[in-house]
Amino acid sequence: MKFGVVVFPGSNCDYDTFHALQNVMGQETVFLWHKDHDLQQVDCVVLPGGFSYGDYLRSGAIARFSPIMQEVKKFAEDGGLVLGICNGFQILLESGLLPGAMLRNKNLKFLCQYVNIRIENDRTAFTGAGRKGQVLRIPIAHFDGNYYAPPELLEELERNNQILFRYCDEKGNLTGEANVNGSLHHIAGIVNRKGNVMGMMPHPERASEKILGSEDGKIIFQSIINYLEKKKGKKSPGRTVSRPISPLPPLIGTF
Amino acid sequence: MIDEKTLADHNLTREEYDLIVRLIGREPNLTELGIFSVMWSEHCGYKSSKVHLKKFPTKGKYVIQGPGENAGVMDIGDGLAVVFKIESHNHPSYIEPYQGAATGVGGILRDIFTMGARPIAVLDSLRFGPLDNPKNRAIMEGVVSGISGYGNSFGVPTVGGEVYFNDCYSQNPLVNVCCVGLAYRDRLFLARASGAGNAVIYAGAKTGRDGIHGATMASAEFGEDIEHKRPNVQVGDPFKEKLLLEACLEAMAKNLIVGIQDMGAAGLTCSTTEMAAKAGTGMEINLDLVPQREEGMTPYEIMLSESQERMLIVAEPEKVEELKKIFNKWDLDAVVIGRVTDDGRLKVYFHGELVIDIPVKAVVDLCPAYRRPARKPAFVNKISRLRKPEMPSDLNQVFLQLLASPNIADKEWVFRQYDHMVQVNTAVLPGADSAVLRLKGLKKALAMTLDGNALYTFLNPRRGGQIAVAEACRNLACAGAAPIGVTNCLNFGNPEKPEIMWQFREAIEGIAEACRQFEIPVTGGNVSFYNETGGRPIYPTPVLGIIGLIDDINKVPSAGFKAAGESIILLGENREEFGGSEYLRLIFSEEKGQPPALSLAKEKKVQECCRQAIRAGLVRTAHDVSEGGLAVALAECAFRSSRRIGFRVKLNDVIRTDALLFGETQSRIILAVRKKDARKVLNLARKMKVPAKVIGETGGKKMEIWHRGKKIIDLKVELGYQAWKNSIPNYFKIKK
Amino acid sequence: MKVRILVTLKESVLDPQGQTVRNALHTLGYHQVRDVRQGKVFEIELEGSSREEAEKIVPEIADRVLANPIIEKFTWEILEA
Repeated sequence: MKFGVVVFPGSNCDYDTFHALQNVMGQETVFLWHKDHDLQQVDCVVLPGGFSYGDYLRSGAIARFSPIMQEVKKFAEDGGLVLGICNGFQILLESGLLPGAMLRNKNLKFLCQYVNIRIENDRTAFTGAGRKGQVLRIPIAHFDGNYYAPPELLEELERNNQILFRYCDEKGNLTGEANVNGSLHHIAGIVNRKGNVMGMMPHPERASEKILGSEDGKIIFQSIINYLEKKKGKKSPGRTVSRPISPLPPLIGTF
Repeated sequence: MIDEKTLADHNLTREEYDLIVRLIGREPNLTELGIFSVMWSEHCGYKSSKVHLKKFPTKGKYVIQGPGENAGVMDIGDGLAVVFKIESHNHPSYIEPYQGAATGVGGILRDIFTMGARPIAVLDSLRFGPLDNPKNRAIMEGVVSGISGYGNSFGVPTVGGEVYFNDCYSQNPLVNVCCVGLAYRDRLFLARASGAGNAVIYAGAKTGRDGIHGATMASAEFGEDIEHKRPNVQVGDPFKEKLLLEACLEAMAKNLIVGIQDMGAAGLTCSTTEMAAKAGTGMEINLDLVPQREEGMTPYEIMLSESQERMLIVAEPEKVEELKKIFNKWDLDAVVIGRVTDDGRLKVYFHGELVIDIPVKAVVDLCPAYRRPARKPAFVNKISRLRKPEMPSDLNQVFLQLLASPNIADKEWVFRQYDHMVQVNTAVLPGADSAVLRLKGLKKALAMTLDGNALYTFLNPRRGGQIAVAEACRNLACAGAAPIGVTNCLNFGNPEKPEIMWQFREAIEGIAEACRQFEIPVTGGNVSFYNETGGRPIYPTPVLGIIGLIDDINKVPSAGFKAAGESIILLGENREEFGGSEYLRLIFSEEKGQPPALSLAKEKKVQECCRQAIRAGLVRTAHDVSEGGLAVALAECAFRSSRRIGFRVKLNDVIRTDALLFGETQSRIILAVRKKDARKVLNLARKMKVPAKVIGETGGKKMEIWHRGKKIIDLKVELGYQAWKNSIPNYFKIKK
Repeated sequence: MKVRILVTLKESVLDPQGQTVRNALHTLGYHQVRDVRQGKVFEIELEGSSREEAEKIVPEIADRVLANPIIEKFTWEILEA
């Protein structure tokens, strides 16, 4: 399958995500430059983590106006798969592709740490390779990850099974301590009503290799691959990329 | 005419001024004086330290670039090079903790990527006054958020470092930031303005009145509204820096750059003169072309501004357009402000007038070097005498107190504010002896650590310097890494005081000796003098940053115990030593005695043994013994195991029990190995003539230590863990 | 024309920054302080705009960009005509 990782000015998990998709998951992966209008026929768009436009106004608030996001919106309306990770999630919220908003973490500190998240709905394009109730160990790294939505919206998210991940302890219990950033209903990741746009604060690309301490993040990428294979009725060619893995990122973006 | 007051404001002596007049053949104007003032300052000119810094070994088989450039460069094979350096930002961090620390990070990042390397890790060494003082807490909170705010946004992981507390830092905190970058061996760039006729390009943020050498502000040239023109605290813009990084690396990859230097301290002055001096050329620039953020800036202000996120680039004229296109792609300005000449002079024009015309060599290379007088301070002999402390009645209690001492306690409160995982290379998370970064696609890996023990250096600067090197190398050995290169940050008081100079000289000689013994070159670093407030200097604080190379990342042991029922082995020997220990400081309020003895030869063997055992795949856990001694080291292994596995250790050394538990004897490493492998490790140690014995076993929920048949420590792991874990956060709890 | 736009969190949204400031003021002895809400200030210079024009575009800018209507509200005023 073909993945596109969007590069905004200030994105800093772009190559990490690219590496996980191409070098770990063996998928064809391209960078999508924010000033471009071409989605290069990808099957799934990923908005990576980072500090787009410095996050100086609000996290993700400026990126939504970039040319590529106009295409991503159309792509999403047509049912294309869009995954937003961390800052990518914030951009999806700001652009209205997902409901809700992010507030500062409850302790008013940037938090970089492993968290446990529980899969709440395994019948989506993003969680199909996992099972409901399964606990994943994946790191977070954010300042604004405290999910907020007004009560009626929360209720709607609950009713429609749109909450995909909740912060929990290692056994899957929703303890107050486990909800490190203070998100309402422990929300760590949600999907839109149609099921094709997902945002999550934890970084699956940081938990996709044993040497980094966890491989649980691969479940999210594998779910997407499985879903796309089923939808397109063909197997992903698997490790199409035989280039040696570069320790340094390539040049990104076009004039 | 330059009067005494103006000279004093510029920190220049009459003799230095006379030398300037001789060198340029006339009286300098005020702007020229400003240039000499910053370039001949201690910070840029190293005038008090130069003669001593020469003592460091700087050559070795891995060295590509030694001292004198923006950073040191080491060859690590596979076509890759590591670029690394440490810098201090102590004074700015005291004045404005957040921006001081943030711009400290920004500055060192530019030093690294200006050489063609992508920053892949930051480590920082922080020292503050005690946390029970709210002022110190505010400084610490500001510094940590500043590092976090800048590094996280830029996208470099902050993977390690150290945090210490001592009253001597209450009005002079230390913020030392070390950055490590990765580059292609054949794509390194130097700060050289080569090729007369080449274009001089200014790229990045606009110039404002940030951080201009404040003392000169009273001068008449600045007109009436001085208040309005006060030098501002430098403010960092990590977003702009990230764009600058990408633009620079792209221009470098496309071979559009001849030479490049960042504008850090002394901004445009330093970058123009140094680049020209190093290339043996000159430079002509027009200040009207420099992008400016504020109106009405004088040449003095433009030349000396320390606005952040700026670069000076030299490029061939036909490549300028493509270069500009790349910077524009990254939403940055890049403008030609002048050209390289061959007359060896810096000529600066402003409103059509030649306002500066000086030989660059005089500014850069002819800064006087002083062999300042050094004298052993009178207090040294007094504080080195130590009466053995009284034996505490409750060693469990002492143990708990030590675990909760902020110098020993868990630093998670600090490092969880840093993004330590971005770039997906961090294989060993912060908190271990050294940080380990994998290199994507390769089996080899990098280990890195920062170390220094100011109390040891205060008590005995020479040995303190040696121990700093030894301990840093020991930290690397615990990851199975061999040290390959050193950078250091030397934080001292006022060098014009003979006592401070003595500490400086002694520490340097100690560090140099240890580096020679470990066969590791010093490739650069930073000297920070005048760390004193109200005449009270900080403890002499050399901080060593050492990079190590790991053959096989899959063999790196963990810092915590991995499983119950494993053998605990102690490499090295226990001796009865109290001096300079955290035990003595915390429990008896004594900062006295001689720091632990150190035999560099023995130390080297212990480390080599540890490394070989790791390479043989025998080691599951490795941790060095340092502050807090053996008991604390064992406890840390228990706390850092995911299931908090306890231990039972039995010791029979004929020394005092408290020294055995908490003494800080050097050259000791704790290993945990599978039972079946214990014999192999002991055999290896015997062959290498390294003392080693099995001292106990992992397992259970308790920490138990026996001495000569008597149980002396008996504490639930969880109890110790809570004390260790909550100590620092408790100081920062929001009071309701 | 110069306008000032003030963006704050809605009353229904928890403001931990404001709370922290309030707590700090209390520890400093300012017990009169009952509540603190923290916000952002934007000062915007508009070129050649009339009051009517400003009344049209300022709320639009604030609503579309400066504030996130899910969590924030805004007020604005003209500083210099």
